[in-house]
Amino acid sequence: MNRRSRISRWVLLGYCVYLILPLYWLLTMALRSNADIAGTFELLPSSPTLANFAEILTNPVWYQGFANSLSYVVLNTLISVSVALPAAYVFSRYRFLGDRQLFFWLLTNRMAPPAVFLLPFFQLYSSIGLFDTPLAVALAHCLFTVPLSVWILEGFMSGVPTEIDDMARIDGHSFWFFFTRIFLPINRSAIGVTVFFCFMFSWVELLLARTLTGSEAKPIVVVMTRTVSASGMDWGVLAAAGVFTVLPGILVVWFVRQHLVKGFALGRV
Amino acid sequence: MAQNKVKDNRAWIGVLPVLLIVAFSGVIPLMTVVNYSVQDILDFNTRFFVGLEWYRETLADPRFVDAFLRQIGFSAAVLLVEIPLGIVIARGMPTDGLRASLLLVLLATPLLIPWNVVGTIWQIYARPDIGLLGVALNELGIAFNYTSEPLHAWLTLLAMDIWHWTSLVALLAFAGLTSVPAACYQAAELDGASKWQVFRFVELPRLKGVLVIAVLLRLMDSFMIYTEPFVLTGGGPGNTTTFLSQYLATMAVGQFDLGPAAAFSVIYFLFILLFSWLFYTSVMRNEDES
Repeated sequence: MNRRSRISRWVLLGYCVYLILPLYWLLTMALRSNADIAGTFELLPSSPTLANFAEILTNPVWYQGFANSLSYVVLNTLISVSVALPAAYVFSRYRFLGDRQLFFWLLTNRMAPPAVFLLPFFQLYSSIGLFDTPLAVALAHCLFTVPLSVWILEGFMSGVPTEIDDMARIDGHSFWFFFTRIFLPINRSAIGVTVFFCFMFSWVELLLARTLTGSEAKPIVVVMTRTVSASGMDWGVLAAAGVFTVLPGILVVWFVRQHLVKGFALGRV
Repeated sequence: MAQNKVKDNRAWIGVLPVLLIVAFSGVIPLMTVVNYSVQDILDFNTRFFVGLEWYRETLADPRFVDAFLRQIGFSAAVLLVEIPLGIVIARGMPTDGLRASLLLVLLATPLLIPWNVVGTIWQIYARPDIGLLGVALNELGIAFNYTSEPLHAWLTLLAMDIWHWTSLVALLAFAGLTSVPAACYQAAELDGASKWQVFRFVELPRLKGVLVIAVLLRLMDSFMIYTEPFVLTGGGPGNTTTFLSQYLATMAVGQFDLGPAAAFSVIYFLFILLFSWLFYTSVMRNEDES
């Protein structure tokens, strides 16, 4: 039986239009010069230009910002996944003293409002000399990406039967061999989904990234906010930068789209 | 959690790295905040112990109470729109094929846009002079201006949040729907159930788990909202769209009122903790049942 009723299909269609319109507008703005934007209102850019995109790709402030963002996102993802893997494994396989409490405590960090940690983070990272480095932002983002990674990985690993562990032991494999050569390959898609979510939450965050960086490690999202206040409203370049920040997300989601539904089905997001 | 688990306290070795890193990025800062919240800090060498003074002051501060009430109003509005809308969208999704993949990517796209860019997109989109939405509304004869009219600012923020986050609810509900066995639909059809009855008695009970998660995630995340209103309205006009996080950030970084900001943080954190506990117990109960 077809569960898709006519009404819900129309709502879906309407919602897609609602989703696309602001994105379309961002794109047209990015294709127009500032004088053009201020002067006339038009639905289709009549004299499209790539000058705004060229500005982003040639101005070091912009492309450095892009590189800074990518470097802390990658660092964060590496740290989060590598510490979360063993933890998720033991949570899915063993009962131990305080396991449920620990799991809950980890989760509360996912829920903690970043605004609460603003000041102490600034002081903590300044005092150990990490302020204004990508590593500082990567570590700060671990606050929510590590609990999230443990949470997602544990959900997937619990679904892997423990018989596999026993069989590897009977076959005489060492634990290390079992974990790296047998267990991790089985959980490939789980790791994929985890990487996706670490990437996502680190990429979209602004508040901590802004607080922990000065001029050296300034991420692209921060460059965007400062450009607005400094040189008046450079709408065209701002929109072009916006387009560039949307692209990595679309790419990532295209690659993990099948695993994504499974990840959501576990309700572990 | 899994069925036949072995009891072994050596498992702590596996959790240790996570423990260390989260302690570093979570516990130390939190303790610093608690420490600040009971002191009056004039500069970093002159400080007095003031006990619960800041807590009393914060809870009695009309601006805190206002921001809190606005926050509740906003979160409630967000939930009331996004949850039903998300369910309807999920029911309209095709289950396979290229169209399904493209729709999934489109739905997931807003979730992956940096939060300040979401604010920027909506700023460009809703401005009465250059924005598609702003100009269109003004053409229709509505004097729409979100920078001067509090009601318009609220509606724009709400529209933006719906744009940004309804996909999350829709994707969760969609994942929940894919787990409904086809046999259930066939049985319902044989019984001559109406569309509404199918939804109410076949789908909704199986969606309960994911919906609880969707509600709590949206509740908690909308409770922490900061970046999007910061970019779009800056909390204005006046203070009409200043929510908790923004008020806190102004206090802590803008005015450097360490003590009161810390007390504020602790109170804020306790609320979030309460939500987290509700979230955790409901997820775990859900897993124990299944």
